[in-house]
Amino acid sequence: MDFAPVIDGFGVVLQPENLLFCLIGVTVGMLIGVLPGLGPAATVAILLPITLTVEPVTAIIMLAGIFYGAQYGGTITSVLLRLPGEASSVVTVFDGYAMARQGRAGAALGIAAIGSFVGGTIAIIGLTFFAPLVASFALDFGPPEYTILALLGILLVASVGSGTLVKALIAAGIGLLLATIGRDGFTGSERFTFDVLQLSDGIDFVPIAMGVFGLGEILYNLEDRNNNTKAPTKVTKVLPSKAEIKQSSGAIGRGSVIGFFLGILPGGGAVLSSLAAYAYEKKCSKNPERFGQGAIEGVAAPESANNAAATSSFIPLLTLGIPANATIAVIYGALLIQGVTPGPQLVEDNPDIFWGVVNSMYIGNVFLLIMSIPLIGIFVKILQVRAAILAPITVLITLIGAYTIANSVFDIFLVCLFGAIGYLMKKVGLEPGPLVLAFVLGVLLETALRRSLILFGGDPTGFIGRPISGTLVAILVAVIAFPLIAKLWKSKTKQKELV
Amino acid sequence: MTVLVGFLPTAEGEAAFRAGIDEAKRRGESLTLVNSPRAGAPVTTSQADEASLAALVAAASEAGVELVVRQDPHEDDLAGTVLAIADEVDASVIVIGLRHRSVVGKLLMGSSAQRLLLDSTRPVLAVKP
Repeated sequence: MDFAPVIDGFGVVLQPENLLFCLIGVTVGMLIGVLPGLGPAATVAILLPITLTVEPVTAIIMLAGIFYGAQYGGTITSVLLRLPGEASSVVTVFDGYAMARQGRAGAALGIAAIGSFVGGTIAIIGLTFFAPLVASFALDFGPPEYTILALLGILLVASVGSGTLVKALIAAGIGLLLATIGRDGFTGSERFTFDVLQLSDGIDFVPIAMGVFGLGEILYNLEDRNNNTKAPTKVTKVLPSKAEIKQSSGAIGRGSVIGFFLGILPGGGAVLSSLAAYAYEKKCSKNPERFGQGAIEGVAAPESANNAAATSSFIPLLTLGIPANATIAVIYGALLIQGVTPGPQLVEDNPDIFWGVVNSMYIGNVFLLIMSIPLIGIFVKILQVRAAILAPITVLITLIGAYTIANSVFDIFLVCLFGAIGYLMKKVGLEPGPLVLAFVLGVLLETALRRSLILFGGDPTGFIGRPISGTLVAILVAVIAFPLIAKLWKSKTKQKELV
Repeated sequence: MTVLVGFLPTAEGEAAFRAGIDEAKRRGESLTLVNSPRAGAPVTTSQADEASLAALVAAASEAGVELVVRQDPHEDDLAGTVLAIADEVDASVIVIGLRHRSVVGKLLMGSSAQRLLLDSTRPVLAVKP
């Protein structure tokens, strides 16, 4: 492996502008993580327009900082208020809040910060060595491979996401349909444009992301704004004791590894990995009954895992050009706006972007560790801002941002429309994540599918004929078949038990 | 009839609570404590936590006064919420704590205490810490 570009990457990160935006990203991420309801996907979507004015690498450094910063911010409310700021901090509530009730809130937050740092750093090291490998392998990929990869991505996101499979598939279906709006790239015929001039170029990704994630979530959160008002918890003695660090060091290590691998999987990401790390830690503990009663491992493992996963989910994006989860999908959109197409060529063609972003995560994690603990008091203050004040400001920023991207009033209408759609989807229990991901992958899927069919002369069996795409088809079939077989197996064993 | 105390976890609130205990003893009535947190945010400093409420209950029983704690939330209109509760429990007197708020501060932010004093049809006892 050639280390010269890796070192050059540090040169990119250490430029004052990039350091500043890394710091801004991490701080904003933590703030957003603290606010319940507003997730990283929403934040990255709302802040997309800001990134237009800076260099691509600076933009992605900031957006990445928001993503992994939010993983830590979510912990603060989980521990202090039993109110997970992020979906990935839900499991932290069990032991984190129990620790806070025993007066050990400081130790829980301290170990979460340390775990986040270790998890993040382990994942970056993995990313540094693993990503160029995947990218060089993916250089051989042609349209057929990308077709199957995109399909696989959509299916995995739907099957491992939260909520039921059917609902996730419905959301993904809507996303795929939205991706077909606009002029056909191959024949030039207009599809679903209803003679509206602005639709003939297709719907841009940004209004969808800003509407569904930004506006939709704000609207949805306004519904229960009057619930859960709590008295503030006082935080004393933030540093965990030596015994506590020793007790949780194993959990941090295991959580980091679990997080790294689950983060790579499409649809895996931070949420799934924190759940898995907590479950694993409980399973291999000598006295599992301590979990839920304030076991420090129950905080350390999921917090290490979600930061590791947030970092490693950049691998499929930077090497294959396939976003693994909703937030990464929005970052993918940001790259496209900047004129950078993420994919296997990225390492070769834009080493400054690739290594700049990867190495910025080292710096960002150091920022996170230094800032997280002293800023806890400020974060708790922010929680006192009422939704009646916060929501209108956020909506205004979103709408102004939507306008500035293309100076188009039509985009504002689109954001409002998708905001309403996102709100209604949440109301009926459809997750907006699969929709946005399917929309992004849908564009990729259609072009790749039609190119490969032209390549095969219209013969779909061509997908099986090529070694890599054939393997991917096998994986695809396994992904579809495995849950079905597992279900059948379960009902069979149940029947046997009944007999 | 009962004595109504508007309570916040501050020095002014504590003063109002102590005055309320004295007033309830003098009148031979029970004491109703209103701690109305501001709704709409995940955290509010105006809400008394369980520990300090328990301390209040202990102090009241030591003084031999029957104490009812209410935590009805309010959104914009604290004075209105307290007055509505006063009507509901038919308070004989409302006890509140006063803090100093400058003229400009009152102009910008208003003053719940002033509104209570002006709007209430019941006697209001205002105390300072």
